[in-house]
Amino acid sequence: MSHRVITASRLTDGAVVWRDAAGAWREDIDRAAARDDDDAVAAMLADAHADEAAGRVIAPYEVEVDIMRTANASMLVPVRLRERIRAGGPTVGQN
Amino acid sequence: MYAYDSLDQTFVDERSAQFRDQVRRRLANELSEDEFKPLRLRNGLYLQLHAYMLRVAIPYGVLAADQLRALARVARHFDRGYGHFTTRQNVQFNWIRLADAPDIIDELAAVEMHAVQTSGNCIRNITTDQFAGVAADEIEDPRPWAEIIRQWSTNHPEFSFLPRKFKVAVTGSASDRSAMRVHDIGVRLVRGLDDEVGFEIWVGGGLGRTPMIAQLLRGFLPKEHLLSYLEAILRVYNVEGRRDNLFKARIKILVSTLGIERFRELVEAEWSHIKDSGLQLAAATIARMQAHFRAPAYADLPGRSQEFEARRFEDSAFARWAKANLFPHKRPGYAAVTISLKPIGGIPGDLTAAQMDAVADLADAYSFGEIRVTHRQNLVLAHVPQTRLFDLWRALDGLDLATPNLSRVTDIIACPGLDYCGLATARSIPIAQRLSERLAALDEQYDLDQLSINISGCINSCSHHHVGHIGILGLEKSGAESYQVTLGGSSAEDAAVGRIVGPGFGADDVIDAIETIILTYVNQRGDGERFLDTVRRVGQEPFRAALYNPS
Repeated sequence: MSHRVITASRLTDGAVVWRDAAGAWREDIDRAAARDDDDAVAAMLADAHADEAAGRVIAPYEVEVDIMRTANASMLVPVRLRERIRAGGPTVGQN
Repeated sequence: MYAYDSLDQTFVDERSAQFRDQVRRRLANELSEDEFKPLRLRNGLYLQLHAYMLRVAIPYGVLAADQLRALARVARHFDRGYGHFTTRQNVQFNWIRLADAPDIIDELAAVEMHAVQTSGNCIRNITTDQFAGVAADEIEDPRPWAEIIRQWSTNHPEFSFLPRKFKVAVTGSASDRSAMRVHDIGVRLVRGLDDEVGFEIWVGGGLGRTPMIAQLLRGFLPKEHLLSYLEAILRVYNVEGRRDNLFKARIKILVSTLGIERFRELVEAEWSHIKDSGLQLAAATIARMQAHFRAPAYADLPGRSQEFEARRFEDSAFARWAKANLFPHKRPGYAAVTISLKPIGGIPGDLTAAQMDAVADLADAYSFGEIRVTHRQNLVLAHVPQTRLFDLWRALDGLDLATPNLSRVTDIIACPGLDYCGLATARSIPIAQRLSERLAALDEQYDLDQLSINISGCINSCSHHHVGHIGILGLEKSGAESYQVTLGGSSAEDAAVGRIVGPGFGADDVIDAIETIILTYVNQRGDGERFLDTVRRVGQEPFRAALYNPS
């Protein structure tokens, strides 16, 4: 099974956030908990919906990712371009 | 320009206070997202890919210098230092925090602005010709009429829950610079019998999934009946328009399903009940509205400025800009200046806070403190004395705002696309940037004037790709971006929907494909022939052959 992470938009500022293993919402996708079995993903998503009901995040959903391992780190790269852009920010900018 | 009366200001202030309380309740989790979403959308606040996005209304694209300064403050204090002007003459801020939104709305209300009705199934911002009140070919200034429609449609209780969004454009000239025929309703000032000025009413235009060009509903409508007639159209649509299928809910579907004759019968029947009601516009009301748009205090100037001619002769860069970016003004000695927001390789429609402040200052110094936003994502200073054009150009050049490319091939229209937008299926800005860089050199070589390229990042067509001379639609195909190309569209008085030239191109190939299309045009064109006319004359085949079967 493919690996999946849980994402949402943060209520206060709409920022893209990713759910870590402790249930905290992180701006950095590499902190996200990636799981490859359906039950674990469903459990994470259920917790995320509880956070939505509590007014912390908006519209959580699961995102399929590839795990890229280098010598001393692992990176999570979403399969879909839309999610890569959400994770990395706009590919263009005023900067 | 129009100044709020106490009714306008009270409405905006009350909405502002209501919205502040709604945001407070949302942040305290007293409102769920399902409950809050329709409220925030009523106030122009979207949730996009990376943040909230606020779309601020610019009624018929007209801004006072102080309003542009307020937009600069919003960009600087609440966003990342820039704003994005849209094809509906509005401005969008891409990096808004929910908690800041009420303060932003207050900031706007203080300068007679708001974000009401920039989203939702209601009558949206009324748009018009950016040269309104200035163009020599104008029958009458469309701005008072746009303002009359704005007041009627603002918070209209009957039309706050239409089947779908509703867009109205008004033009006062035979040359249509407002894309009137791709709007739900297009209003055009015309001269009837005995030289009486009234309106042509067009209906059922729109792009998106099912692009259609508006049809003529009524050839002449006396002025006093404008609102009752619009009300009759909206009533028929409100009752008969489909609410069961989002993709078939716009008025264009209703008009094409019923046929224009049947639709007209329904409208005329409804109109007969309300024609002579309180909606009838009194001459005094019209005159009062027109008084808001009186011409500024022009100086008496000679028709041709010797200084301007001399500068043009001496400075080829100035001459090039003057050739591309000036529009003739009906007042002798003046010109309307378009400030291109399409620097080569830049993001179409973006303006930084510092540039906003600087343009506001230039408007005060050179153009009676007024700025216009065009539906082609540029700005206009509408009343600049010819004697001062050279100084203005130098100031604009120092701000990187003097790109001499109005209506040329690098004057590209692009939506925010997948870099920002939650609906997008592909990116549009990077395609626009790469095309701009590639085509700038081609323009130098081949003089590519009157050639529009419109790029949308999804089928909703915010950049009007169907009516670009060259249209580019970004889709997601098997997980990758794919760009479908159309040729022969137009949003002007010869409005037409472009035709798909063939199979789509990947993000890497589409730049080459557009270059091939343009070189094919260069080979095929007659003397001085526009791209659109070449396509209409030779058809798609030469382009298809060059793209898909190169010899």
